[in-house]
Amino acid sequence: MTDMTQTVPPRGQSFEHDLDKSDKTVAAFEKKKRGLIGSIQHGLHGNPTLVPVIVLLLSVAAFGLIAGGKFFSAFNLTLIMQQVSIIGILAAAQSLIILTAGIDLSVAAIMVLMSVIAGNLAVYMGVPAPLALLVAFAGGTGAGLMNGFLVTKVKLPPFITTLGTWSIFYALNLWLSGAQSIRSQDIDKAAPLLKFFGNTIAIGNARLTYGSILMVVVFLALWYLLNKTAWGRHVYAVGDDKDAAELAGIRTDRTLLSVYGLAGLVCAIAAWASIGRVGSISPQAFYEANLHSITAVVIGGISLFGGRGSILGALFGALIVGVFQSGLRLADVDVLWQVFAIGWLIIIAVAIDQWIRKVSA
Amino acid sequence: MKREPILTARGLVKRYGRVTALDNCDFDLYPGEILAVIGDNGAGKSSLIKAISGAVQVDEGEIRLEGQKISFKSPLEAQDAGIATVYQTLALSPALSIVDNMFVGRELRKQGVMGQWFRMLDKPAMRSFAREKLNDLGLMTIQDIDQAVETLSGGQRQGVAVARAAAFGSKVIIMDEPTAALGVKESRQVLNLILDLKAKGLPIILISHNMPHVFEVADRVHVHRLGKRLCTIDPKKHTMSDAVAYMTGAKQPDDVNEAA
Repeated sequence: MTDMTQTVPPRGQSFEHDLDKSDKTVAAFEKKKRGLIGSIQHGLHGNPTLVPVIVLLLSVAAFGLIAGGKFFSAFNLTLIMQQVSIIGILAAAQSLIILTAGIDLSVAAIMVLMSVIAGNLAVYMGVPAPLALLVAFAGGTGAGLMNGFLVTKVKLPPFITTLGTWSIFYALNLWLSGAQSIRSQDIDKAAPLLKFFGNTIAIGNARLTYGSILMVVVFLALWYLLNKTAWGRHVYAVGDDKDAAELAGIRTDRTLLSVYGLAGLVCAIAAWASIGRVGSISPQAFYEANLHSITAVVIGGISLFGGRGSILGALFGALIVGVFQSGLRLADVDVLWQVFAIGWLIIIAVAIDQWIRKVSA
Repeated sequence: MKREPILTARGLVKRYGRVTALDNCDFDLYPGEILAVIGDNGAGKSSLIKAISGAVQVDEGEIRLEGQKISFKSPLEAQDAGIATVYQTLALSPALSIVDNMFVGRELRKQGVMGQWFRMLDKPAMRSFAREKLNDLGLMTIQDIDQAVETLSGGQRQGVAVARAAAFGSKVIIMDEPTAALGVKESRQVLNLILDLKAKGLPIILISHNMPHVFEVADRVHVHRLGKRLCTIDPKKHTMSDAVAYMTGAKQPDDVNEAA
């Protein structure tokens, strides 16, 4: 053993002896010169949220020029926030799932089901509103955990799982509600707390609803969890490479289950906000909101392959969609061109994501 | 000379359907040694290593660490008991930073209210610890420890994985084909790293197909064949061709326990 500790030369085979003379700098983290495009690519790789932020600023500026003062008014800008608040909160839940390389088609179905449950309990069955909301939160968490159980224990792909539960939750919602809406006046009479997030704070012409504020709070809270806690790092690691995360010592199934449960809870919070936003409780509402939430996440630069992107991107993604819809409407463009534009946004967002992923050192 | 092994396994059996990966396999690791495990493809080396590192659970048999019977249900339990593994795939998360990867599953939390109630990570402490561990191993000069692992070269990634194992493997370190994907120079760095770890008194299990590497660093060689230990040999008393002949079944060893 002693010959190992002697100074020169060296350990190793004869053909390796010249290695001592070789360039020693290779193992260092070199800073190579990159071109402008390369620097941009590298910067975006480190800060994936930059893309949606830049797109948001550019689109606000562009529509400001096209539609003029009507678009730029405080009233209109806060209206956009109000309009995207529900899709935004659902997109927060969707982001959690997509960060784990999954996809959740059932977010809106969970939300509508929970709003119907809370409404039925509070308006028709005389349950105190806070208790009805607690039941809805528990129900949302339970619905999310059911998705999580099917994904982790029964080992179904998330797409299939949530395609199935989407129908199941939607059917339950029609059954519980008898396909009838709960009218706004009835909610006002029996349980005004359900419409809490419809309240507004007026500052000049700005009309900031509590629902808009809730959306921002939900995003900030989830951002904190994902970036400042061990749990959040585990979510990213599981989404990045589940097998590697398992070997590295993460209980991946437990992490996934908690992600689905939390996403379900966020959907239930969206349910409360949606009652304030819409005024009534309609079992038919938000039928396409699943897909809109995915749109916001994708435009927000979160990778569908998991493990990459910031949840704040989904907030910006939702706002970008809102800005496009509002701007095109104020510019008197037909609705069909709004849909057309959103379609291109999705494709371009995913193309940029692919390009950023090709970054090299 | 009577030595007590730090890690032993007796009669391990692991079946996957109709395939028997481990067939009454025994294993011994002594304190402070480098034990190489060699064997043909499909001989069950990986199954043996995964059984010890908690990644698979054996059907029969027992494993003892420092005389205590152990049965790990997950790699995390093995790591908590002081057995760290550098997998061939490295088990790194490419999009996460070097720091995050080193601490995954063992993160440090802040003291006080922020840590206890808000579960906030203590990133400065994690950074300085990670930097210290990488410097300890003299593997590389780190400029940006928050760099994503996917932007590193193969050798650098290997270095991060080894540093992680060295930082948290207090009793045994297992390395599965650590040089398989590396060039001559990077292989040398990793072999030096293995010898440095040994110099600190850590016993190491090295799985490798590279006979020159095995014969250079190993104190004993465990030859695995058909799901069990065929023999353990002293690399100073045998040639590389002997070892290859044993592991392929071309030749039978005279004394199965000469190096036990």
